[in-house]
Amino acid sequence: MNKRNTEKNGKERTSRKNTIRDYLVFFTVLVAGLVLLLIFPDKKDAVVTMAWSYFREMMAILPAVMVVMGLFSVFITKEQVVKYLGKTSGAKGPLVAIFFGALPTGPLYIAFPMAAALIRKGARVSNVVVFISAWACIKIPQELVELRFLGFKFMGTRLILTIFFVIFMGLFIEHLVAQKKQKQIPTQ
Amino acid sequence: MSSAVISINILAAGLLVIAFFKDRKKTWQSLIAAAESFLRILPLALMIIVIIGLFSAFIPPSEIMKFIGAQAGWAGILAIAALGAVLHIPALISFPLAAALLQSGAAIASVAAFITTLTMVGVVTFPFEIKELGLRLALLRNGLSFIMAVIIALIMGMVL
Repeated sequence: MNKRNTEKNGKERTSRKNTIRDYLVFFTVLVAGLVLLLIFPDKKDAVVTMAWSYFREMMAILPAVMVVMGLFSVFITKEQVVKYLGKTSGAKGPLVAIFFGALPTGPLYIAFPMAAALIRKGARVSNVVVFISAWACIKIPQELVELRFLGFKFMGTRLILTIFFVIFMGLFIEHLVAQKKQKQIPTQ
Repeated sequence: MSSAVISINILAAGLLVIAFFKDRKKTWQSLIAAAESFLRILPLALMIIVIIGLFSAFIPPSEIMKFIGAQAGWAGILAIAALGAVLHIPALISFPLAAALLQSGAAIASVAAFITTLTMVGVVTFPFEIKELGLRLALLRNGLSFIMAVIIALIMGMVL
């Protein structure tokens, strides 16, 4: 328990350091931009109009996305997801894995230990791969942001293709891993 | 306001009300977590906004088209897919960037390749993945994800 806590604190500390670094990088970019606009004042209007429209869009959407993610990360625990996913099998498996992966519950590095716990519990490799991949690229609030900026056709097509390929990849990796295990048996 | 903006805000408000009646303490925790992650993503979001503004005014669409436009072909798609795999930008912020690139003449396949590898392949998170799942699984997943991202991008370029 103690070790876990220090690990968590360590991660938080590095993430705080990264955030400070991000702010410094932002201010550097901002200053560089302002200097550029001082040198080329005729570009000012174009830059400001474009930046302002994107600023308004993002401020309308980002706080809500963060609230949804915050709620899911607190109300749905890792243990619940692992327990539920470990139990599902059969054809339902990949779909359940996609559903739980798509829930807006936090950054990718949380998903890896969950996936490892799932494998230890005997979950199918295909479902675990589908789960991580869905966690990485199919997040419900993210899809809405994609819809806003890139349109329904782009978002929908990419979503369908991604789901299809992620399931295919899960089964394929499972097949490869199983083949290797079978080869190992006679030598043991 | 667009329907996506409205629906995500309604979703957030609705969930917040339900959560508040279920467990006030946890709801506060969620809001604090949300504020923290907002402050964490804010500098990146603002930076991308400034870069989009500068790009649109200083780099003519013809230049963008040369590198990741329709005529850039295979090399362009592979290069931008590799860039997406290496970079560690939150996907949320990559969408406005992608929209700005599309507006200034980037090909759909290039933009799709970039977003897809950005989320599916993680060079930065790779060490964590090896530690938890082993080298073999991590390598297979990331390698295959890269190939699939390129295939997805090519299909999207053909369909859309």
